[in-house]
Amino acid sequence: MEVPILKQGHYLIASIQSALTDADLSQLREALIERVGRFRSRGVIVDVTALDVMDSFAVRTLRDIAHMARLRGSETVIVGIQPEVAFAMVQLGLTLKGVATALDLEEGLAFLDQHAARVDDKRVPGRLGRG
Amino acid sequence: MATRTKDGQPQPPVPPSHSAESTAGLLRELVAHLRQNRTQLREEWARRITRAELLTAMTEAEIFAEATSVYDNYVEALETGTFEALQAYARNLSERIIPRGVETHEVVGIVLLLRDVLARSLFAKYHEDFDKLVRILDAYEPAANRIANTVAVGFVQERERIIRQQQEAIRELSTPVLQVRERLLILPIIGVIDPQRARQLTEQLLRAIRTNRAKVVVIDITGVAAMDSNVANNLVQTVEASRLLGATVIVTGLSPEIAQTLVTIGVDLSEMATVGDLQGGIEEAERLLGYKVLPLEEVIPKG
Repeated sequence: MEVPILKQGHYLIASIQSALTDADLSQLREALIERVGRFRSRGVIVDVTALDVMDSFAVRTLRDIAHMARLRGSETVIVGIQPEVAFAMVQLGLTLKGVATALDLEEGLAFLDQHAARVDDKRVPGRLGRG
Repeated sequence: MATRTKDGQPQPPVPPSHSAESTAGLLRELVAHLRQNRTQLREEWARRITRAELLTAMTEAEIFAEATSVYDNYVEALETGTFEALQAYARNLSERIIPRGVETHEVVGIVLLLRDVLARSLFAKYHEDFDKLVRILDAYEPAANRIANTVAVGFVQERERIIRQQQEAIRELSTPVLQVRERLLILPIIGVIDPQRARQLTEQLLRAIRTNRAKVVVIDITGVAAMDSNVANNLVQTVEASRLLGATVIVTGLSPEIAQTLVTIGVDLSEMATVGDLQGGIEEAERLLGYKVLPLEEVIPKG
């Protein structure tokens, strides 16, 4: 099952509709990384609202997506983790450390906008000292 | 096996095998007897309940009304050999009398009294025919045992259900999640946290974060005296799970003892923001949310 990836300005939004097999997850990872390069996206949102369960492979794949996207200059936000899923994840020790998370799509976009503004600040010449 | 009647005359031997039909036949005879003598047996039972000082929480009229229902259900269970109706009745009865303060020993007591009242009436009826009496009791005993068991167990199960319900209610009450500003929740924890309460707390908080779209949560543990490693880990897990829902957690009110415990246990504190007291925690939360609290004179200039 292919996950639809939408382009919204500088951002890519991948909206997961139903449970994914390991192959689907890998395919999603490849597709996102490819598009990040092609569109020079600044941000990626992966929406997992529809998932009741997230196993270790899914969590690892999300982490991989975030790390790879960052290497290509893009920030990733995972949104829509359900309370029950979050609870199960921490119990099993499946962390998304180092990966930004937000409540929903709206919050995710707000986060990316803020992050982009901060990055732009840093890009202004002569501001190296401020960082 | 030869038997003798009371005046010593020998009787022909009774066939030793007791087929299922004869048991059924005996039960039918028994049920008929119980139905015929319903009124006086029921009254006898109610009298003995009062004499034994059971069901003191209920009025005599109530006792009689319930006695009637129990009696009829009892006889019906004997007649049909099925106990679902009795089970349902026992639960229903328990639901009604438990809030009135009726105790387990009272319920067991009245059922055993009924058993005794009915057994004695059987002795009275069949005392001339000892062998018949034995056979009737053989048919009666297992059914009577099962009935007593069903009623007692039904009562106890209902009690347990109510206790669980009340425990759940107490837990919910004792850890309210409060919204004090848009996107800001406070979770004041007071008392002892056992693993079950910790779990319930976390689930409650996560649901509240989603419902209120909270971005910051202040967990205040001023009211928590001590914390062991399990609870400390639960706290860390709660912080991490909240982050997964996009909320930042600030923990406030750590006592020196708890601070020491956390460090000694080696809990990973890198992800946990802490502030000394609740006031400080709320101020920090407001800052994170972009609020600044100013006295009115500054906001509304004079003149």
